[in-house]
Amino acid sequence: MSLWVVMLAAGVMTFVIRLSFIGTAGRFDASPWFARALRFVPAAALSALVWPDLVVIDGALALAQPRLVAGLVAAGIAWRSRNILLTIGCGMLSLWLMQWLQVFM
Amino acid sequence: MSAPTPPRSEFVGGLYAVAPLALGSIPFGLIYGVLAVKAGLSPELAIAVSAIVFAGSAQFMITQLVTAGTPGLLIVVSVMTINLRHALYSADLARKLAHLSPAWKSILAYLLTDEAYAATLARFADPAPAPHRHWHLLGAGLGLWLVWQASSVAGVLLGGRIPAGWSLEFAGTLTFIAIVVPLLRDRAILVAMATAGLVAVAAHAFPYKLAVIAAAAAGIAAGLALDPRGVR
Repeated sequence: MSLWVVMLAAGVMTFVIRLSFIGTAGRFDASPWFARALRFVPAAALSALVWPDLVVIDGALALAQPRLVAGLVAAGIAWRSRNILLTIGCGMLSLWLMQWLQVFM
Repeated sequence: MSAPTPPRSEFVGGLYAVAPLALGSIPFGLIYGVLAVKAGLSPELAIAVSAIVFAGSAQFMITQLVTAGTPGLLIVVSVMTINLRHALYSADLARKLAHLSPAWKSILAYLLTDEAYAATLARFADPAPAPHRHWHLLGAGLGLWLVWQASSVAGVLLGGRIPAGWSLEFAGTLTFIAIVVPLLRDRAILVAMATAGLVAVAAHAFPYKLAVIAAAAAGIAAGLALDPRGVR
């Protein structure tokens, strides 16, 4: 299978997933249980994406490493400031500082 | 009662709402472009994937899987798995977009990314009537789309010239942190986040990024169990 076909199929399936409920709205309704579950979707999905990036290196669990510290610094900044760019800036600066000082190396 | 916000203002509001997220996605797009070329995608295909799939974390996974020589069918299934969370965004927005034409729904569905959803959460939570707020989502979606295409093209052109030592891919993680932390409003959400994080780390070795789906499901279940508006 050509890579072009693979990517087209991946794109079509992604579109179908995104259209799923929007496209069928009115024909069937989400149950109240489902509606309550939605409140937790962004928090749970994003947390699931973030944590492995902070504590897993090359497939192994590693707590003593700059990414976890930089991530926690960023979380603190995000909590206080609610400012996305400031959060990214402080997180990257902490990471670079620790890499430069060779903390954890 | 004040007049509803006109489409143009909604559209511009969407652009503003997504701007910080779009800015945060630039390093992500650059790195995707660089990695896609390194994985052996032709420059044309690497650029096309940003428009065809248009999903950052899925595109990163694609570069990993192509590098590993994964069979095409498994690549498609993996992309579907990691993008399944978008069905939940779709369900969240369905009722609010129900009045739109199929063309509008298709365009907004195509543009429905993590960033567009996060950027428009506040606008769509506002209970005041806003008949044109789909323009807000269009602005956010289109703003991110343009920045994502431009940055991945730049990444493809840059090729290997960005030093790996800059760890720019970490900016993507930090963007998600900046979005998720302010969501922390009560104990149920905290438990949902902690559970999802723990399961994601414990299951990180699952194939095809299944850990993300398993972790999100576990987090949602834990949150529901502790929901203060819980079992009534």
